[in-house]
Amino acid sequence: MKSAVIVFPASNCDRDAATALEQMTGQKTHMVWHQDSELPDVDLVVLPGGFSYGDYLRCGAMANQSKIMGAIKKHADKGGAVLGICNGFQVLAEAGLVPGVLMRNAGLKFVCKPVALTVEETQSTFTRKYSAGQTVTFPVAHGEGNYYADKDTLDRLEGEGRVMFRYQNNPNGSARNIAGILNEKRNVLGLMPHPERVVDPLNGGTDGRALFQSLIETLS
Amino acid sequence: MKARVFVTLKNGVLDPQGKAIGHALNGLGFASVGDVRQGKVIDLELSETDAAKAKETVKAMCEKLLANTVIEKYEIELK
Repeated sequence: MKSAVIVFPASNCDRDAATALEQMTGQKTHMVWHQDSELPDVDLVVLPGGFSYGDYLRCGAMANQSKIMGAIKKHADKGGAVLGICNGFQVLAEAGLVPGVLMRNAGLKFVCKPVALTVEETQSTFTRKYSAGQTVTFPVAHGEGNYYADKDTLDRLEGEGRVMFRYQNNPNGSARNIAGILNEKRNVLGLMPHPERVVDPLNGGTDGRALFQSLIETLS
Repeated sequence: MKARVFVTLKNGVLDPQGKAIGHALNGLGFASVGDVRQGKVIDLELSETDAAKAKETVKAMCEKLLANTVIEKYEIELK
């Protein structure tokens, strides 16, 4: 599986994502600068965590205006896999590649801790190596992870099996405990918790490995 | 021409910052304060001199960047 990680100004999980990908795939990951207008030939594009553009205006809003987003939208339109983690999820939501918005945490505090999640769906490129209902622990680190969408959108996400991960103890006020969702075509996943931080046992867990294994199995 | 854009959360969208401000005001003894909603003000200087055109342009800016219309609404004031 060939992959690329997008680097925005103030991305800070780009190298974590690349390290996880390289460890899992055994292949070099392309680091793509936000001002580039084209993607290399890859199967997976990762929008990493961080605070792109200092979260100015709204988190993800400025990153969505950067040059590379046009190429990412094209890649997604063609059915290419896109994974947005944390700030990457916020960028995907601003770009309309997944529905809804990530708002300020209901408790107003930055939340930084491991959280237990339920894997809701395994019918996807991203989660097929998990079992449905499985509990996994991923770290979260965000101030704006409070997922919001109108009732119809939430009903549709649930009805179409597009809620992939749910918090077992909601840390941020997210609607229906949503931690991660798919787009309609099921090739774009946005999630607030960090699977790339739980790939190496030295970092305290390996629950994120199955997400990358799922991608490798489907896209290689 | 100058434009002032007010971006606020739509009715019904939870505003935790507004709530915290309300609690703080109550704590300071401003007991008459009920619900508080907060938002942003963005001031723009425009080279456009035609008010109708300016409003149209600023509206496009709001839709494309200044507001996220999933949760936010905006008002435009021209000066």
